[in-house]
Amino acid sequence: MKHWKKVATPTIAIVIFLALWEFIVWVNQWPNYKMASPSDLIPAYTKYWNLFLIYGWQTLWRTVVGLLVAVVFGTLIGMIMGFSRTMRDALYPLLVGFNAIPKATVVPVIALILIGHHDLNTVLIAFMISFFPISVAVSIGLSTLEPEYRDILRSLGASKWTIFWKIALPKTLPEFFGALKVAVTLAFIGTNLMEIVEPHGKGLGHLFDSGKINADYPLMFAVLIALAFLGILLYYIVVGLEKIFAGWAERPQG
Amino acid sequence: MTNLIEIKGVTHAYKTDNGPLPVLDNLNISVPEGDFCAVVGPSGCGKSTLTKLVAGLMRPDQGEVWLHGQRVTSPRSTVGMAFQNPVMLEWRTILQNVLLPLEIVPNKMSKKQKEDRARELLALVGLEGFEDKRPSELSGGMRQRASLCRAIVHKPDVLIMDEPFGALDAFTREDLWQTMHRLREEEPFTGVLITHDLRESVYLADEVIVLSGRPATTQHVENVKLGGRTDLEVIYTPEATEILHRLRHQIEIAQGRAKDEEAA
Repeated sequence: MKHWKKVATPTIAIVIFLALWEFIVWVNQWPNYKMASPSDLIPAYTKYWNLFLIYGWQTLWRTVVGLLVAVVFGTLIGMIMGFSRTMRDALYPLLVGFNAIPKATVVPVIALILIGHHDLNTVLIAFMISFFPISVAVSIGLSTLEPEYRDILRSLGASKWTIFWKIALPKTLPEFFGALKVAVTLAFIGTNLMEIVEPHGKGLGHLFDSGKINADYPLMFAVLIALAFLGILLYYIVVGLEKIFAGWAERPQG
Repeated sequence: MTNLIEIKGVTHAYKTDNGPLPVLDNLNISVPEGDFCAVVGPSGCGKSTLTKLVAGLMRPDQGEVWLHGQRVTSPRSTVGMAFQNPVMLEWRTILQNVLLPLEIVPNKMSKKQKEDRARELLALVGLEGFEDKRPSELSGGMRQRASLCRAIVHKPDVLIMDEPFGALDAFTREDLWQTMHRLREEEPFTGVLITHDLRESVYLADEVIVLSGRPATTQHVENVKLGGRTDLEVIYTPEATEILHRLRHQIEIAQGRAKDEEAA
């Protein structure tokens, strides 16, 4: 019963959303170049289903690779800043400054520098846009470790590595997963920015762009919904991982 | 009799932006093997610094700390520690928390032996049936019991406790005092208890050391002889009251509120 409810609640919410969308378009008599309705999307999917599969896969894997790089690099930077006050003071302004640059302005630059390297430049942008929250979360998690935790292990003669592995790392996991959820959506933004800007590109962003060029508005909306679907998919994969590795942080309710 | 813990002429100061802040001044303490020693003193007098020195987490500016006839220069696994904050690892079960020291201190125990040992201790402090619970499901008193088990699971020679019962309510605290006596019967260890509760020090310790205000030095040593009684009623006997009275007076001297005998 409980399991059934867990799936049913969000499904019903989505159905209501689609119905409302359909209704508003119908009431206002909007043509599909102004606002496509959900029923306009079905022909777009059936007509281009093979393109959706191919481009969807390209978008997904490049986003995931960008995220993985962001996790590795972000965790490393976070560790450096979490363990050393000096490094934290040194790196924070740089990181904040870097993060403050709108990535939409970086995309054409990277696209030019790495012209032709479609996969590399897309992964690079996905990574650049998503590593910041991970670094901040890891560094805060590590630097706010209560000294007693360290003392308990140090008094037993544990090495720095043991302290990191047994205490600092697991204790930081809830913060890490919180940041990863933000990073997932950011990485999608990065991938798509590059896919849309790049000429002769790949991925759903490119499909969106060709929809625009051919004035195929239902296709453009269909791409947006496909992106939303991929985003939800990846988000719930992260939620699943969080349950496995940091499920302890969830307090029993009630 | 050999002294297990020997603190000789220890002087220590913290470096602050406003110059050195002396906390310990020529402190001398010796604790015979198997004894339980309570250290009391005004707050901020350097009691916690003392625990770090004995545990080898810090080295004193001057003076020496000896454990078992060896000079302490670095942390050693023959020490167990418990703090006011029971710092449980929230991602582990209670049993896994208690097992932590056995994962770090070199030993020849099998996995089964380790678990049996931990379960035995948990039962001794009244936590039977809570082995697989998470720390967040336990009350403060129960967490502190588990933290005591963790502090002694690797059979340390010395148990150092820094105000372990300070954050508990009065009745829970009394329960834990009795648990301490039970633990000492089953698991002989030499103990150093930092506390600000005089009744606690008299009930639990064989000797109570009163530190002076900062920088702390040994101001008074009180031998507690209550005829080996471990029931709570013993706190209300005339003998105990007399000791409490003397300690109270010493604390007032340490705080600078009362003059020494001659002046009074």
